[in-house]
Amino acid sequence: MSEHEEHTTHSQGFYLAIGILLLILTATTVGAAFVNLGAFNPVVALLIATIKATLVVLFFMHVKGASEKLTGAVVASGFFFLMILLVLSLADYLTRSLP
Amino acid sequence: MHDSQAVTVMEHEAHNPALVHQFSDEKQQKNAASLGMWLFLVTEIMFFGGMFCAYLIYRLTYFNAFAAGSQQLNIWLGATNTAVLIVSSVTVVLAVKAAEAGKRKLLVGYLVVTVLLGMTFLVIKGFEYKEKFEKHHVPGSTFNFTEKFDDNGKQIPVNSKEAELFFSLYFVMTGMHAIHMIIGCVLFTGLAILAWKGHYTSSYFTPIENGGLYWHLVDIIWIYLFPLLYLISRHS
Repeated sequence: MSEHEEHTTHSQGFYLAIGILLLILTATTVGAAFVNLGAFNPVVALLIATIKATLVVLFFMHVKGASEKLTGAVVASGFFFLMILLVLSLADYLTRSLP
Repeated sequence: MHDSQAVTVMEHEAHNPALVHQFSDEKQQKNAASLGMWLFLVTEIMFFGGMFCAYLIYRLTYFNAFAAGSQQLNIWLGATNTAVLIVSSVTVVLAVKAAEAGKRKLLVGYLVVTVLLGMTFLVIKGFEYKEKFEKHHVPGSTFNFTEKFDDNGKQIPVNSKEAELFFSLYFVMTGMHAIHMIIGCVLFTGLAILAWKGHYTSSYFTPIENGGLYWHLVDIIWIYLFPLLYLISRHS
């Protein structure tokens, strides 16, 4: 039980920096939507969204640095089951037009 | 039973009245509450995941109509709302930090600002919905959406029923998200009142932390709703 474990929060400047980074990523994804990237428009938009969500989960929701490993396991299992839902469903629908 | 242990436990309970008897210490109690909150958030992820999955499959199936519908959404209002939610997430973590430091007035301040930002989001969302009613883009008997214009101003016919499906999913997904925002605003108003009354100390602020987790999750859902509904079909 070190002192570090008791305080999972970061400094105020750190949170503001993450917030500014999230706003910059939002501006980037809006800007990218106006550029015609063809099939890569959805890829870029969802990649940026995933980076933003990861930043929020790790630093705002304090999964990184959480003293309880079980929390990390629950978060990972939630992500895993969501992927089963999305990946397996789309693996079906995306390949139906194939011979 | 060792008497010395019992005495220690009793002293501990007297030290922090927020510690309930089934937990051996504050850390265990806090971890249990956090774990329970995360399990709830996982059910929320699966709940919204089903809607995301339906949206992706119908977008694949009725690509043309979904792109036409998406292009009618107001990208600037959506972007503004994304920024509002990100700022509110920052005020939430600062509230948790203020609670940890035992700064009561600062905590109340951040909670109130968070509620105001949440209400700002809902007002902007309301203006978006108003625009949809005016343009007859709300699914139902008055729904009207038959064509879109390409980059050269040429008319392209759109299947009205397929476009209606896009707007149905738009209203269900943003509507469920908005309901979560309303719940969040009510929750945070309650937390602000209790914080003002001094219910939370630097050794007990679990409701602030767990309320924050909920708020961040609602933010993350919007982080995905925004590109999926507003952004990815601009050039389709």
